[in-house]
Amino acid sequence: MPEGLYYTREHEWVKLEGNLARVGVTDYAQDKLGDVVYVELSEVGKQVKQLAESKAKEMELGAVESIKAVSTVHSPLSGAVKETNATLQERPELINTSPYNEGWICLIEPRALEAELKNLMDAKAYAEYLKGLE
Amino acid sequence: MNYQQARWAEPLIFELSKLGRAWPPPSEKLLKSVNIPKKLLRRRLELPEVSEPQVVRHYTRLSQMNWGVDSGFYPLGSCTMKYNPKICEELAGLETVACIHPHQSEDTVQGALELMYKLEKYLAEIAGVSRVTLHPSAGAHGEFLGMHIIRAYHRFKEEGQRTEVIVPDSAHGTNFASAAMAGFNVVVVPSDVRGRVDLDALKNAVSDRTAALMLTNPNTLGLFEDQILEITDIFHSAGGILYHDGANLNGIMGKTRPGDMGFDIVHYNLHKTFSTPHGGGGPGSGPIGVTRELERFLPVPVVEYDQKHNRYYLDYDRPDSIGKINGFYGNFGVLVKAYAYILLMGADGLTEAAETATLNANYIMRKLLGVKGYELKFDSERPCKHEVAFSAEPLKRETGVTVRDIAKRLLDYGVHAPTYYFPPIVPEVLMIEPTETEPKEELDHFVDALKAIVEEARSRPEKLRTAPHATAIGRLDEVKASREPVLSWRMHRRLKG
Repeated sequence: MPEGLYYTREHEWVKLEGNLARVGVTDYAQDKLGDVVYVELSEVGKQVKQLAESKAKEMELGAVESIKAVSTVHSPLSGAVKETNATLQERPELINTSPYNEGWICLIEPRALEAELKNLMDAKAYAEYLKGLE
Repeated sequence: MNYQQARWAEPLIFELSKLGRAWPPPSEKLLKSVNIPKKLLRRRLELPEVSEPQVVRHYTRLSQMNWGVDSGFYPLGSCTMKYNPKICEELAGLETVACIHPHQSEDTVQGALELMYKLEKYLAEIAGVSRVTLHPSAGAHGEFLGMHIIRAYHRFKEEGQRTEVIVPDSAHGTNFASAAMAGFNVVVVPSDVRGRVDLDALKNAVSDRTAALMLTNPNTLGLFEDQILEITDIFHSAGGILYHDGANLNGIMGKTRPGDMGFDIVHYNLHKTFSTPHGGGGPGSGPIGVTRELERFLPVPVVEYDQKHNRYYLDYDRPDSIGKINGFYGNFGVLVKAYAYILLMGADGLTEAAETATLNANYIMRKLLGVKGYELKFDSERPCKHEVAFSAEPLKRETGVTVRDIAKRLLDYGVHAPTYYFPPIVPEVLMIEPTETEPKEELDHFVDALKAIVEEARSRPEKLRTAPHATAIGRLDEVKASREPVLSWRMHRRLKG
């Protein structure tokens, strides 16, 4: 479990890089999904909202499709999508082989970072959360 | 384990083709008689030219390398792969059935219309609804039609703001897709610890935006939604419509009726419950039945009976109808098979089918409970319905062997794998639906195979990870199949260069 990242209950991770936030899905998520065959990326410029109790379209950052299931990627933060990982179109398997690095999904410019970080977990809390799911 | 599937190095029939080998070639007379306009005639037809014995051998060999309900046990949960009586095939193949044309005049197809009219009546009686349409050509087509009727109803009541369809997280994937395709917003409600719809979450999700609830009962875990009367009450008082996904009708047929539970629209899969072959991509048939209030919205045409003139006819004069959803009227061949099946079984026979299907599923459930490696996540105390969803998560945790490995290995024991990885709310799930047509020996063999596989997972897991071994083709590369599908022989030929 990489330290220094923030995590959601829906198994997305966030890494702060200057005034941007890099987003991907966790190792746990890719393991549950199995072999990823397709990644649907959101449009650059899309305004997204932080994932809340009731999910809605404006919280969606795209979708990850495996041979088992299709899973929506929810936005861990509110803001604008600045860049998406185009490599995933050709090599969706990066989500499986390198979920925290090469398999990143997009870069977001957060709108309310300070306030929203409180809704996310750190590595320790996420590890505890995963234990509860077993 | 004595199973060994045939292995033929069988080429494509196109690769067997040699010019001039087809016999007899189409005669000049025949070619003239079909009278195709010159501009539509093609100079070269890419049809394989092979002799009759070549054709017979080719397809016999392919069938020997395949698995179907005619070759053995096929407990594919939520698909109801019951045995299809051959007499139904025979009847649907009669020249008078197979060769009629939808453009024939009504006077020449009175028998066909009568069959459809009566089949509608039987289905309405089975599900407790007022009227049935046989139009939909598949289960999802029925769902899509249901969604359109729901929209038409709310617009008719001037409640166009009802744009949300509520779907439980255990539902079939088509439910979410059909609602979304029909333009509704999908609201997902979770299951509770008993594997039923979470009633509190459901109450919270309902509002004046609610258009409908799509529910499968028994649900995809094989559990009966025992709070169904309360659920239908909540929806009806909120002004919503209740849609019943009939994929699991085989578990309750003749015992209870969705209409009596309070459902307004009830869907049937004739290709599951009413025993017509499926699994190869069709043709399917997914009729829906509706309450009296919703009848006016049914698609056209509707089969009617004119008592005075003792004549059946197609009625297009229905001003509130949502319109046409099919080129003509349903998949007629499938309707004939379902009609024959219902007559063959009779009311008692259909009830007995549901009872035996349920008994068989419970037999497997009891036999597997306590086998280390498998567990039931929900409600193991009470009987299930016609299917049971075991989790193989304990085995994965212990040995690393996944439910996919188990499924593939089952083929080596001469058993088709149950549905796995669905429903997604159960990790490492095996959804087992034995159906009513299987004898005890077959069920015992299946349970023994699942037990043997647990032992193998501990003693020689590699054998499982590389399974199947006794089939014509071994472990497939599912990732490659998803990413680079080869869907026609032309694509295949291009790839081969």
